[in-house]
Amino acid sequence: MSKASQLCTFYLDDQMFGIDVQKVQEVIRYQQMTDIPLAPETVCGLINLRGQIVTAIELRKRLGMPDRPEGQLPMNVVVRSDDGAVSLLVDQIGDVQESDQENFEAPPETLRGSTRQLIQGAYKLKDRLLLVLDTERVIDVTSNFD
Amino acid sequence: MTIEDDELIKDFIVESQEHLSDVESQLLTLESQQDGVDTALVNQVFRAVHSIKGAAGFLGFEVLESLAHRGEEVLNRLRNNEMRPTSLVINTLLKATDRLKGLLDCLESSNEQDVTEHLVALEGLLSSQDNQDNLDTIPESASVTQDSPQRKPAITSESVASNNVSEITNCSIQDASIVSAVDSTIRVDVSLLDTLMTRVGELVLARNQILQFTGHLGSTDLLRTTQRLNLITTELQEGVMKTRMQPIGNVWSKFPRLVRDLAAICGKEVRIEMEGKATELDKTIIEAIKDPLTHLVRNTVDHGIEKPEVRVLNGKQAEGCLTLRAFHEGGQVIIDISDDGSGLNLDRIKSKAVEKGLVSQEQVSRMQEQEIAQLIFLPGFSTAEKVSNVSGRGVGMDVVKTNIEKIGGSVDLQTRPGQGTTVKIKIPLTLAIIPALIVSSAGNRFAIPQVNLLELVRLEGEQTTKSIEWIQGAPVYRLRGRLLPLVYLRNVLKINVANETPQDVINIVILRADDRQFGLVVDRINDTEEIVVKPLSKQLKGVTVYSGTTIMGDGKVALILDVLGLAYASQVISKLRDSSLVDHNGRAKDSQGEPQTLIILGTGSSRRLALPISQVARLEKISKDAVELADHQEVVQYRGKILPLIRLATFLGLESNDITTDNLLNVVVYNERQRSFGLVIDKIIDIVETPLQINHPSARVGLLGSVVIHDRVTDLVDLPAVIRMIDSPETIPHSVIA
Repeated sequence: MSKASQLCTFYLDDQMFGIDVQKVQEVIRYQQMTDIPLAPETVCGLINLRGQIVTAIELRKRLGMPDRPEGQLPMNVVVRSDDGAVSLLVDQIGDVQESDQENFEAPPETLRGSTRQLIQGAYKLKDRLLLVLDTERVIDVTSNFD
Repeated sequence: MTIEDDELIKDFIVESQEHLSDVESQLLTLESQQDGVDTALVNQVFRAVHSIKGAAGFLGFEVLESLAHRGEEVLNRLRNNEMRPTSLVINTLLKATDRLKGLLDCLESSNEQDVTEHLVALEGLLSSQDNQDNLDTIPESASVTQDSPQRKPAITSESVASNNVSEITNCSIQDASIVSAVDSTIRVDVSLLDTLMTRVGELVLARNQILQFTGHLGSTDLLRTTQRLNLITTELQEGVMKTRMQPIGNVWSKFPRLVRDLAAICGKEVRIEMEGKATELDKTIIEAIKDPLTHLVRNTVDHGIEKPEVRVLNGKQAEGCLTLRAFHEGGQVIIDISDDGSGLNLDRIKSKAVEKGLVSQEQVSRMQEQEIAQLIFLPGFSTAEKVSNVSGRGVGMDVVKTNIEKIGGSVDLQTRPGQGTTVKIKIPLTLAIIPALIVSSAGNRFAIPQVNLLELVRLEGEQTTKSIEWIQGAPVYRLRGRLLPLVYLRNVLKINVANETPQDVINIVILRADDRQFGLVVDRINDTEEIVVKPLSKQLKGVTVYSGTTIMGDGKVALILDVLGLAYASQVISKLRDSSLVDHNGRAKDSQGEPQTLIILGTGSSRRLALPISQVARLEKISKDAVELADHQEVVQYRGKILPLIRLATFLGLESNDITTDNLLNVVVYNERQRSFGLVIDKIIDIVETPLQINHPSARVGLLGSVVIHDRVTDLVDLPAVIRMIDSPETIPHSVIA
């Protein structure tokens, strides 16, 4: 993959993440959700997106990060999957980034646990790192890939 | 292979399969026309096989083409009345058709398949019919399998070939007339229809919101436009729903063949009749009832209909008749499968059920005929004395029943010894939309499918603490004398609510899961609604207490509870032994001193009346303003029908004082056969289960006698007598007419 690819970027705390733009259906503001008692911890609710029922996944929990500060509303990054759309809850939306393979590196060995399995690698941008998520694995909440 | 080729081949397969599905039934019809075939019908079959042959040749499927070609030749003879549609001929053709279907299923490798057996069989027919003209066909046939594509037109003798040509031109002219019908339909992916359905559902929600806004704004132009939008949306919704409907004939079409083959195996003569083929059902339901229906049809031929000699001996026609009937009734589709066979052997069912330990001897002896017949639906029951390869496939009637119930339907069975059996299946029109009860617990809304719902119980005030008892930490409620395990929805779903106030009302939703009953305690019971069922996403598949999701009227998402999953999660189902059978026995007990469930009504200041609850359809409150007069009879409009009202107290000559203050009448709706009546009563006091011992037979018409219930003397109403009196008003002892 030497071609430049476009990534839809977003932030959790100060960390920048990216998903292949082709996989993203849309980005929307915070929506009211229906709670799902007994659901896996990472699944935080259901959203009605124009008649389509979308399962929302709390990305912070999925990546083992601390909860979002109170009072701060998440944004929805709605991604396509074989099983319909799934929303990833993130803190903030960034730009669409053009990135080429030259700057790409696999995750370092020191990255451990579930997070390692969910991250395809990092793009070395000028001032920061952009972590690319493996969408398929992120939304497969039933597996932990440990 | 290019994409266009792929498309072509896909179309070819679909079209050929359609052609063949009709061919089967048409051939069967032909078989019955021994004294001269219907040429138009043969033409239809001919055309179907011919077009398969043509397309197969074009696409290079040689084996398929050669087989179709031979079949076509035989059909040609039939058409020219050179051959008669004997069983042998039709059998060979049917087998060849099956083979064609088989080839279509594995089209890729069809050219390597060996069809010589069928070719020889068809050849045999051709050569045995005329051994003069076509002597040379047999050696030719050998070459067919090898190099048919080039030699196709010259395979048979001159006479047949020329014949063919003329017929083909003949056909193509007729084809033109049916083209228009074919052209007016297109194939659409079901998933596209599902998406459309979703969008329309969303449009309906948006429409509802707009309707609300326009109400506030009060602009007439806007109002007019909104009303049009309203109308169009409704029509659009109906239209989209219709696209998913298919006639039940699609499933039935394979039955004539099935019945014919089965009958031959069993040595029986069976005729199949179908009514209401055009009755439409949702596609998903059609799929779901396919297997249960096939099983029932198999069963009927195998067990229901007697051998010809037995039938003749019993004064029936040698040929048995299997009737399939489908029709709409009250928003449901009813499918009857009936036969004129021997009926169920109730004695054998009894002994079998006892032998297999499904019921005790004592239970059986108390059962009525209808209940004995229902025993065949119990798991582990099979009446076939010897397991045949026809119906003994490990699938019992219990599976039929579970499968039908899974889609929200019900199965009923009626049998008359010596006269036949009728199985009545009731199924909903569509699976996509189901009636559900909306409940809430700790601020969450849930939908419970109406199919699982038995009744609702509301406990108030003192009852909330008193009526719930505990057995070893498990809460139970006494429902008409029987212990009902209780499940708190909050606990099962582990919803914790901080600093809550104790409830002054307890709502219990009584549910049925797998023939067990339990009570689900919820915070609030909202309403019943028709909901659109949507599947759970992959992330939630592991959560067994939900069966799906839905969007509510306000646009928010609600979860649909899976009652069976809930029962497992709360361990109700492993603990409890409360099968339907026990229930049956409870109801089977007759009125001689056995407990009966009665509804207690109050009239006047202290008089009490009782009615068996089995005769009551509903309890209603009806506004006094809704009462109208028709032919001197008080009536109300009730569920689209006219419901005659009977003031029970006046009618029986008892004192009545209306204690209701809210302008509402208490009405007990009672159903008898096709008719309904409303009994107006001062108040409804209670529902009790009690042994019935009539102490003082009553002299008054309309009363059976007095019984003591809860230390109070209560008059038992003789409803049939009351109804009789209404039917012949001259015998009415007191003035009822208002």
